[in-house]
Amino acid sequence: MRIDAKGKLFDALNAEISEHNGELEIDNCLGQRFIAAGASAKQVVINGVPGNALGAYLAGATIEVNGNAQDAVGDTMNAGKIVVRGNVGDAVGYAMRGGAIYISGNAGYRAGIHMKEYREKKPVIVIGGRAGSFLGEYQAGGIIIVLGLHKDGKPILGNFPCAGMHGGKIFLRGDAQRVVFPRQTTRRAASPSDMYEISSYLAEFCDLFKINVREFSRDDFTVVVPNSSNPYKQMYVAN
Amino acid sequence: MAINYIYPEFDVIRDPNRCITCRICERECSNGVHIYDADRKTLRADETKCVDCQRCVATCPTRALKIVKNTCALRENENWHENSIKEIFKQASSGGVLLSSMGAPNPLAVYWERILLNASQVTNPSIDPLREPMETRVFLGRKPSKITRRPDGTLDTTLAPQLELETPIMFSAMSYGSISYNAHASLARAAQELGIFYNTGEGGLHEDFYQYGAHTIVQVASGRFGVHEDYLNAGAAIEIKMGQGAKPGIGGHLPGAKIVGDVSKTRMIPEGSDAISPAPHHDVYSIEDLRQLVFSLKEATRYQKPVIVKVAAVHNIAAIASGIARSGADIIAIDGYRGGTGAAPTRIRDNVGIPIELALASVDKRLRDEGIRNDVSLVVGGSVRNAADVVKAIALGADACYIATAALIALGCHLCRTCQTGRCNWGIATQRAELVKRLDPDEGRRRLVNLLTAWRYEIMEIMGGMGINSIETLRGNRSMLRGVNMTSKELEILGIAHAGE
Ligand code: SF4
Ligand code: SF4
Repeated sequence: MRIDAKGKLFDALNAEISEHNGELEIDNCLGQRFIAAGASAKQVVINGVPGNALGAYLAGATIEVNGNAQDAVGDTMNAGKIVVRGNVGDAVGYAMRGGAIYISGNAGYRAGIHMKEYREKKPVIVIGGRAGSFLGEYQAGGIIIVLGLHKDGKPILGNFPCAGMHGGKIFLRGDAQRVVFPRQTTRRAASPSDMYEISSYLAEFCDLFKINVREFSRDDFTVVVPNSSNPYKQMYVAN
Repeated sequence: MAINYIYPEFDVIRDPNRCITCRICERECSNGVHIYDADRKTLRADETKCVDCQRCVATCPTRALKIVKNTCALRENENWHENSIKEIFKQASSGGVLLSSMGAPNPLAVYWERILLNASQVTNPSIDPLREPMETRVFLGRKPSKITRRPDGTLDTTLAPQLELETPIMFSAMSYGSISYNAHASLARAAQELGIFYNTGEGGLHEDFYQYGAHTIVQVASGRFGVHEDYLNAGAAIEIKMGQGAKPGIGGHLPGAKIVGDVSKTRMIPEGSDAISPAPHHDVYSIEDLRQLVFSLKEATRYQKPVIVKVAAVHNIAAIASGIARSGADIIAIDGYRGGTGAAPTRIRDNVGIPIELALASVDKRLRDEGIRNDVSLVVGGSVRNAADVVKAIALGADACYIATAALIALGCHLCRTCQTGRCNWGIATQRAELVKRLDPDEGRRRLVNLLTAWRYEIMEIMGGMGINSIETLRGNRSMLRGVNMTSKELEILGIAHAGE
């Protein structure tokens, strides 16, 4: 089914989307928020630029955006897939617990904050270009991959990544030497098993955005992990 | 070995003439205070570990035990109080941030106690609640500000979603993890029976409790633990927790040691991993962002549920509440600085925030002045201790009250203020199976139902005395209140006259 979003406010558009399961294509999207929030059974293609909180609390649906997306893509997402052929704004994948987000371009500030994993649920964010400051703050699980395919010469990460990180992994491709990570994390070169862990995500990314997977060599990847899953253990005394 | 500067706070007194060496106290004390001496065939006590929870006292069959405050005292000093000195000892030996639980124990201003209620004499008859109908039911949610008609001339009767309460009291947020399964079961069952609501707190909703969904408020906090599509749709309302009275401005850390079994499953995080709730929601940095979170929740639940935004009472609370009212929230919950907690840094608990009475009065006034009072309902908490506090809160402008500490006391909590240890002898603030089973959820339900039934009757009696027969008439009716022992500024903020006026 096709929906023309032109001139529609977010509530009217979302009411229409919620009535239809299965395949949907939305044309002329222009900043309407909360598209497919909490959706489970549909495949949505969006032509244009969806507004904030695209696919918040997503529960299994797939969303594909032909264009940029704004802030809070996949906020508290639980399952499903979001593909953005462009850049995303701030706070992508906030507190995400499952599913995958693939972004061909760059991500703004605070990507993947407080991402977490649980049993079979292991969220993944793959960012094709670079990411802004505060990447993976409080990260408690899941995988964030930043591929650095951007061509504007800017550094792969902004400042202060991984503050309070206590779970999960971050993969950075390319030169991460200059990035400063906090003391409670460890940075190391990717091992073969690390690469095996992300191979299917890399393959999917390449498949989605028509990139040759052979561009990625293990030597180029740095892995950042937390030293402890109890970072605040020693801080308190009972009173 | 370094000397321990801190002398035990309590004395465990055992009457040898009454003690029959049954060793019940030894089993009942999870802190390991009572020790059986096999050689002498007597019990002795390691009072250094006693927290004065009174469990052994209550379970001793011969009443042989007494816990008293240790009279061994430091030299009196009106500036350096004993507690100030002991806190320095603790920090100097550990280097740690002081961590406490439950509401502030300091003699902080309790305005409830300086507000007196009115009653009818001569000019306006009082009403006998035993004889005449009394309405204690309230609806929480956005109310229409004007009458609108459909194009065909009929009245537009569509209402924003409402919570219907038989009594204007709800159980406020306490997470599964900070309190036990049986404590949650007691609250859920009591809420159902009473026609009110309990609140999951930020720890998710145990699968066994989905059946009480119609009487459940599900909370979304900065950590988003256990938040997913089914959870959001399971409750009758969704509460966004921005802050908590006991610890405004800071987040929470449930230590990994407490993330075990079902708690891990309900929060949906791995066992043993710290559950860290960041201080702010990192997607909410403004009222506009809050509006986005409110509407994302409404969209995800198709506008079927009222959204509550809970904040701590802090300076400028009136302006903050005005912003929240404009964010699309249906209900604002305000938590005062005497509110309880399972664990909070002592300095924050005892110094940050303002009393709920003042916050409530200024928020209600501000919203009325701005003509947006009907856009939201107000729920207040932070040490509402009895029916009179509830009546005063409603007369100051609240639609309903949140209680938590009072509910736990009904379940057996003795306010020993050591919830953070996870060894609650009353089966409330613990996850240890052998302790949790001490709290029978049906007995817990019964006690909570008793408490609120009694409070409801008291509320009706007080209202009847005022000649008022419905909560609606009491709400914001500050002419029913008078202050004593207050400055004119305090009276001005509360919007009430002094007694005698
Ligand atoms: S901690 Fe509680 S049960 Fe143990 S000795 Fe003290 S009062 Fe008794
Ligand atoms: S809940 Fe338990 S540990 Fe906490 S104050 Fe009450 S009795 Fe003590």
